Amino acid sequence: MKTRWKVSNLYLIAVFVILYAPILYLAYYSFNSGGSMHEFEGFTLEHYAEVFQDTRLLIIVLNTLVIALLSSALATIIGVAGALFIHRVRRHTTKQTLLTLNNVLIVSPDVVIGASFLILFTIAGIKLGFTSVLLSHIAFSVPIVVLMVLPKLQEMSPTLVDAAEDLGATRWDVLTKVVLPFIRPGIFAGFFMALTYSLDDFAVTFFVTGNGYATLAVEIYSRARQGVSLSINALSTLIFLFTLLLVLGYYAVNRRGAAKAKTLAEGVRP
Amino acid sequence: MGTNAATRSAYLIPYLLWMVLFVAAPIVLIAYYSFFDVDGNFTLGNYAKFFTPVYWRMALSSFWYALLITLFSLLVAYPAAYLLTKTRHKQLWLLLIILPTWINLLLKVYAFLGIFGTYGTVNKLLELLGIGTQQILFTDFSFVFVSVYIFIPFMILPIFNALEELNPSLVDASRDLGASAWTTFSRVIFPLTLGGVKAGCQAVFIPALSLFMITRLVAGNRVITLGTAIEQHFLVTQDWGIGATIAVFLILAMAVIMRLTGLRKRGGIV
Repeated sequence: MKTRWKVSNLYLIAVFVILYAPILYLAYYSFNSGGSMHEFEGFTLEHYAEVFQDTRLLIIVLNTLVIALLSSALATIIGVAGALFIHRVRRHTTKQTLLTLNNVLIVSPDVVIGASFLILFTIAGIKLGFTSVLLSHIAFSVPIVVLMVLPKLQEMSPTLVDAAEDLGATRWDVLTKVVLPFIRPGIFAGFFMALTYSLDDFAVTFFVTGNGYATLAVEIYSRARQGVSLSINALSTLIFLFTLLLVLGYYAVNRRGAAKAKTLAEGVRP
Repeated sequence: MGTNAATRSAYLIPYLLWMVLFVAAPIVLIAYYSFFDVDGNFTLGNYAKFFTPVYWRMALSSFWYALLITLFSLLVAYPAAYLLTKTRHKQLWLLLIILPTWINLLLKVYAFLGIFGTYGTVNKLLELLGIGTQQILFTDFSFVFVSVYIFIPFMILPIFNALEELNPSLVDASRDLGASAWTTFSRVIFPLTLGGVKAGCQAVFIPALSLFMITRLVAGNRVITLGTAIEQHFLVTQDWGIGATIAVFLILAMAVIMRLTGLRKRGGIV
């Protein structure tokens, strides 16, 4: 029993090592005074200084964050409305059709989405740039939010809504005081998934960015094709540390919340 | 009642608008454009071109690579997901599995340029082991490896969720009734988590068909997938017609895959 425990842990550790290796690799060479990713010549912070002096790069980082936050927020609103709508549909076949349509953008290959959006924006006369990128990110995030929220709606007992209505709640009250609080975990999950998709997207964005506008992924792609530049390493290290802090913070807040709820519950019980 | 119903349904508008503009319209536009040549004349030539051996071979190899990538991702991810469910603090570990997906895909791919490079870490290791320097970058191996690396979290997540939903008493019952660990796994655990496996395979296979940036950066254009071809036709040669034709083919393939793996679970929710 003991040895199996060890072997299984080794496997997990190996998976974690491989998952983090490229990220740590980038971080390691970000301190390299040599210009390459294979000969570590000496410790330096010059690549970090470079990042902070590169206003173009900083603007691109900002663009990426703005697009991610804005598109996830808007996609969450549209997605929650969509989930409420699909949940309300009673006929099985209609529901199935709606769900299939909802999932088209999730299962479509990125290049197809990118190419079709490029045609769409060109025909609609929307200039490629901030607007087209924002619209695309909203578009591919909406179905994810729907899929995250729907199961929570299904879990919700219909009697809860009935009870609220019996007690005289208006539809708006039912929505804001009963339904939305109940599905809040799904809404948050949807928002964070949308954020993840937006931050991670390259292919779709690549198709719908015009000249002069770029997100980080597009910029890195064009820089990486020109060869190795250690300021990219420095930047990715900064991004990684930032994300790590966010995740750990989120986890800590969550646990504290859970612990608080637990002590409260224990305090209430006789 | 009429106006009441109208205001009640007002929240449907953004979602339905999204469905029409970003789900239906793009598909129609892609299909429409596939009938025009580079000069804007109506033609069936794109389809004739697609059915020539050049494109067929590309489609086949594209599917073959996607299959390999899915298979290897599954082989790595299933045990990892299983072991994750057995850890203490499993939510934290899961978060740490997801964390690398928040680092943009392009940064991770870029890291592999250093790791797999001629003077990179892997080659130094091979040198130490006496195997000598190998050409790793710009090979099939690097393409499959990096793709699997990128997709592992997306495979782990749905399988983890399926395993979490699995009623542990079923596993206990199987063991109590004298089933070996392997029998319990193959007859109880795996079939009951098949939904997660299918979801994971879908989440990997379809994007794997459209990985044009990895083929460009680490496979050195040796591997040409359908995704690469679409990107090429839309953004380089500007021949939207043939690009759209390949996209139509990918959409059809995707529909077939969805039929085969079946997005429907009992209960109607994906």
